[in-house]
Amino acid sequence: MQSLIIKNGRVIDPANNIDKTGDVLIVDGKIAEVGKVEESQQTVIDASGRLVTPGLIDIHVHFREPGDEEEETIASGSAAAVAGGFTSVVCMPNTNPPIENETDVEYIHRKGRKARKTHVYTMGAITKARQGVELAEMGFMAEAGAVGFTDDGSGIQDPAVMLRALKYAAMFDVVIAQHCQDNGFAGNGVMNAGYFSTILGLPGIDALAEQAMLWRDIQLIKKTNVRYHAQHISTAGAVELIRAAKKDSLPVTCEVTPHHLLFTEQCCADYDTNYKVNPPLRTQQDVDALKQAVSEGLVDALVTDHAPHLQSEKELEFLTAPFGIASLECALGLYVKALIEPKVLDWPGLIRLMTERPAAIIGIEKGTLSKGRQADVTIINPDAEYNIDARKFRSKSRNCPYHTWTVKGKIEKTIVGGEIRFSDGD
Amino acid sequence: MALIRKNKHFKWLHKHLLGLRDLTPEEITHILDTAEGFEQISTRSVKKAPPLRGKVVVNLFFEDSTRTRNSFALAASRLSADIIEFTKKASSVSKGETLLDTAKNLEAMGIDIVVIRHSAGGAPAFLSRNMDACVVNAGDGFCEHPTQGLLDVYTIRKIRGTLRGLKVAIVGDIAHSRVARSDMWAMTKLGAEVIFVGPPTLMPTQVTRLPVSVSYSLDEVIEKVDVINMLRIQFERLGGNPFPSIREYAHYFGLTVERMKRAKADILVMHPGPINRGLEMESEVADGPNSVILEQVKNGLAVRMAVLFLVNQGAALDKAAKKKADKRTLSKGEPLDMD
Repeated sequence: MQSLIIKNGRVIDPANNIDKTGDVLIVDGKIAEVGKVEESQQTVIDASGRLVTPGLIDIHVHFREPGDEEEETIASGSAAAVAGGFTSVVCMPNTNPPIENETDVEYIHRKGRKARKTHVYTMGAITKARQGVELAEMGFMAEAGAVGFTDDGSGIQDPAVMLRALKYAAMFDVVIAQHCQDNGFAGNGVMNAGYFSTILGLPGIDALAEQAMLWRDIQLIKKTNVRYHAQHISTAGAVELIRAAKKDSLPVTCEVTPHHLLFTEQCCADYDTNYKVNPPLRTQQDVDALKQAVSEGLVDALVTDHAPHLQSEKELEFLTAPFGIASLECALGLYVKALIEPKVLDWPGLIRLMTERPAAIIGIEKGTLSKGRQADVTIINPDAEYNIDARKFRSKSRNCPYHTWTVKGKIEKTIVGGEIRFSDGD
Repeated sequence: MALIRKNKHFKWLHKHLLGLRDLTPEEITHILDTAEGFEQISTRSVKKAPPLRGKVVVNLFFEDSTRTRNSFALAASRLSADIIEFTKKASSVSKGETLLDTAKNLEAMGIDIVVIRHSAGGAPAFLSRNMDACVVNAGDGFCEHPTQGLLDVYTIRKIRGTLRGLKVAIVGDIAHSRVARSDMWAMTKLGAEVIFVGPPTLMPTQVTRLPVSVSYSLDEVIEKVDVINMLRIQFERLGGNPFPSIREYAHYFGLTVERMKRAKADILVMHPGPINRGLEMESEVADGPNSVILEQVKNGLAVRMAVLFLVNQGAALDKAAKKKADKRTLSKGEPLDMD
């Protein structure tokens, strides 16, 4: 019998309404007890002054495998994940080739198990080759363990295809996630359409691109009542639509990234491609609306949209450089800066959006410290400050605009299935 | 030869010319004053001066251009620089070399000034961050075309004495025009009032936040303005179908002989070229008495000479400042000999 005891931490388990100082006992990879545990022969971790939370979950990452292993692999991405406190991640299917059948899904799982760091899940593509035309084999993929479906990287443009996908998905009790972006409005844009795109002479992506597709999808959800998840929303208009949909009790959820909470379009003013991201960085009004949405409980999950790219790709003209920000390893500190320091959320509120709620969206039995659950636990030093150094990332990529930032909230240990998979300083 | 006639105490410090947005009115005026001095060179029998002797200028053009490229080449040669011509088709860019690699390779050859034209807004800014050479923007996407903006204000100033108080209409595809943007910055900084004229489909996003007024009616504007700059309809940049037909566009926004009858008698008619005759402007107007189009081309040479001269001067000052700073840090690090 293998056991581990985490002593005297501030145990935060939002699913069970726990926020108190205590111990967590792990036996044979499962949570055996939360509360007061007597020491005996166990390995002991002293967590005084630390937060002990369910393992963090990021339901939106890009690990680039298969196809772009020079940017990231499932192994390197998984190492980055546990360094960021994440015990479960969900890979997006826009790889090369995309994840569009059960074999692809199994491949991701196998690589994830082999990496032996974090639990690696994947979503599957909604349509074949992410072309937005023909449905991919969602049934087989769901049976193989895909935790949802999306054509992330682009939205499904044709409303008839989207309606068909939702109707079909109703058979399987899965979530359909959407990168809400109407290409008609987005055009060949590379940043938010607004004052800055005008003076920088860059084509813009109108906020309407996001809002138009989200509005359309919500009408389709009213018809189909399938679980729907709006990925990385970025605009005040999208917040309004989500608010209305939730008021109507539609099965609609949404997620927000750190960059959309911390940056505005103005960051692109020097043509720094590390701020080129899709959906683009918007205006202060949008940032404020997203924070307001988080504080109202309208946002269901915090995600990184970790999108690694090579330096050589980012060292191109702003117009041609790829979209994406790598932030998996420093995500917690970013949320602290964006949400805890300005008192949008308290710690239990933040942890809820990084554990219980995202787990519920993808329907996995994780994100809590309930007795008998697999022991995924993250230990956080909430007061420790550190400098983000992208050069030391375990991720293969360095496209991180937060490089050199000082943030609070350090991951000390990441425990996956009862095993310590990351220890700060190792 | 006194190159700087008006403000002798002004010190030009920039080693790049990326755009006019970040320049002060004084800096713009200084370029114009410097250009005035250089204009005389073209009237001499020996049309050369030595300030860039031994310097290498590369014309790095990723987009088609005839007049701007030739104008820069001639400007550089009048200042006795050596010129390398680098165009997209003739280079390894078509083999997939990145802009950064191209720049590093050119730098390895020891060039001093890069004149770049590129279809991506910000490409000159990107180069300036990644190489030591001076970077001069010869047009980047629809961001800026600073030497065009400068030669436009130079032309107006030369004829009218000042920009202050003048009303200038810029007509056409504002959304995709780097000329409109550079003109706007230069003209408004020098005290002119700028009106953007064109269909709403060719206005940039949030145009109301720019320091201009906007009109959709050339007929309303034509009577009021002192200068009218007719932009070329750039068919290569127009996305979709911003106006139904060339006929309809010309009907509402073409500078016709009829419209000219309602303009001020001394209106200056400008065009950055090349003209689509009969589309944005009728030939009779382009070649008529109010047209200063060829004057613009002529002034472009003096302005580009001034720009090349000044960035080279800026680079020298920059180098001297860096040397001084290096020395200072060095002496700080050295152990002090104390008794």
